[in-house]
Amino acid sequence: MIQITNMCKIYEMGENSVYALNNVSLHIAKHEFVAIVGPSGSGKSTLMNMLGCLDVPTSGSYYLDGHEVSKLSDNQLAEIRNNKIGFIFQGFNLLKKLTAVENVELPLIYQGVGHKERVRKSIEALELVGLGDRTHHTPNELSGGQQQRVAIARALVSNPPLILADEPTGNLDSKSGADVMGTLHQLHENGNTIVLITHDNNVAAQAGRIVRIQDGMITEDKEAV
Amino acid sequence: MGFFQAYKMALKSIAGNKVRSFLTMLGVIIGVGSVITAVAFAQGSTKSITDSIEGLGSNIITINITGRGSNRNITYEELKTFAEENSGDISMIAPIVNGNMTLKAGSKSRDTTVIGSNEDYEYIRNRHVQSGRFILSFDNDYKLKTAVIGSAVANDLFEGQNPIGQQIKINGQIFKVVGLLQEIDGGQDSSDDDQVIIPVTVAQRLGRNARISNFTVQAADSATVDPAMAKLTAYLTDKFGNSNAFSVRNQAQMLSTLNSITDTLMIVLGGIAAISLIVGGIGIMNIMLVSVTERTREIGIRKAIGAKRKNIMVQFLIEAVMITGIGGVLGILIGLFCIRFIIGGLKITTPVYSPFWMMLSFGISLGVGIIFGLFPAYKAARLNPIEALRFE
Repeated sequence: MIQITNMCKIYEMGENSVYALNNVSLHIAKHEFVAIVGPSGSGKSTLMNMLGCLDVPTSGSYYLDGHEVSKLSDNQLAEIRNNKIGFIFQGFNLLKKLTAVENVELPLIYQGVGHKERVRKSIEALELVGLGDRTHHTPNELSGGQQQRVAIARALVSNPPLILADEPTGNLDSKSGADVMGTLHQLHENGNTIVLITHDNNVAAQAGRIVRIQDGMITEDKEAV
Repeated sequence: MGFFQAYKMALKSIAGNKVRSFLTMLGVIIGVGSVITAVAFAQGSTKSITDSIEGLGSNIITINITGRGSNRNITYEELKTFAEENSGDISMIAPIVNGNMTLKAGSKSRDTTVIGSNEDYEYIRNRHVQSGRFILSFDNDYKLKTAVIGSAVANDLFEGQNPIGQQIKINGQIFKVVGLLQEIDGGQDSSDDDQVIIPVTVAQRLGRNARISNFTVQAADSATVDPAMAKLTAYLTDKFGNSNAFSVRNQAQMLSTLNSITDTLMIVLGGIAAISLIVGGIGIMNIMLVSVTERTREIGIRKAIGAKRKNIMVQFLIEAVMITGIGGVLGILIGLFCIRFIIGGLKITTPVYSPFWMMLSFGISLGVGIIFGLFPAYKAARLNPIEALRFE
């Protein structure tokens, strides 16, 4: 599913070169539930940007679902993000003026799916995350946990092979956080591949596999107990 | 992503910021509205002048005397005699002296255009009387204070009475009304029905004009227009000693002079329109740039979930074009309103509604949207999704 080999990301800061990622190699198989854990500044955000095809590495290779994506152009990356990746962000990142169903259908709009089909799929996705009765609410009318579940519905509506969650519970109280984690577990059981990025060991412990990153290098990679 | 979808997105965003969108449109609204109004006014005035020149007939020659570069003069009698000597080419000649004067009858008074002329004026200008008689040659020979009045004057000063034989004061002098002109312009104020015609010799004294500066000549037929012009030019050149002191022109030449004035007017109008649309366009660019900055996060989200540069570009471009397009339509409506109620209401002129200029100004406002929306849209499309997502 994911095959990263010798990936480096170097930022030039004046005279110095900063290694945000230093020779990272990582393999993630289909249907895995992996947590990437590290303190802030460890390079986990950079790794997340690489995994999410938001950025390209300085060197190394990245195969996603059989495609080499480390050397693609902006537009090709956008297409990969559209078709292969579902994003879940810490801050939800919903569009405030759109209703839940309109937010969820966004990836399908950019895929060129027709209106009827979009609405049908979006409502299905919202029902899957337990928000079938909130389809026409705007984000301001929903609680934090509900907003995050709308974001999850948006991430899975186009049925992407990889779901990438960046601190999905970071802005939520423990009850809503547990709900969201429950939804992620459910997706995992349905056969989705999930990569979870967090600094919270308790959250990470719920994944099937934990990868620790520090100073741009992977320091630990183990099955969770 | 289809265009229809992009339109829906743009409409939503415009509707979500109504006041700002309206203020942004204002430049285009005013620009388009003023162009439509100005064009209707200019074309209306041009049309009325063109109509009156064309109404003269193709065998009409006008003589304009400026007296430039000469201290000599020519009198009505001299030209009249010259015309009679050349009756093979020239059939009629009417002097024209006109001015605004105050009319009084009983307790009523009004300001009206008073034209001093002779008996030929009736046929050259096709201004016949409906009752009484026109000015005749003996009125001029004996300097009789007689007047032929238009229907608007008669209706106002002699309401309900027969004006023929009544007395009327023009600038304090007593005149006798001898004829009532046929109504040709609906009897409205400031129209061709709001006129008084008196003998030219009397008009010269009344207005203290020793010199008559305008003559209208009718050639015997259209074939003699050119020889008549040549003879008049030769005679006047001889009289004044140079050819700068007067001009002799036929209908075609008057129309071409008018057309060159109209063309200049249109260039000026076009310039004003272009400037106001550019100003409007800069306003749109400004707001679109603000909007791109404000919506950086939205752009980041859209890009993260798969929007290509093209999608973002189209979204913002369509938004800009929609703003100017709606502005253009509102501008046309406001222009139509101004034409109908300001030009039409004040009766300045009869406006001409020009679908061509409406389409053109609508097209230009769309063009302004594209041109001034391009840079903000490009800026939005080029945003880096990672930085855009981090934007607060």
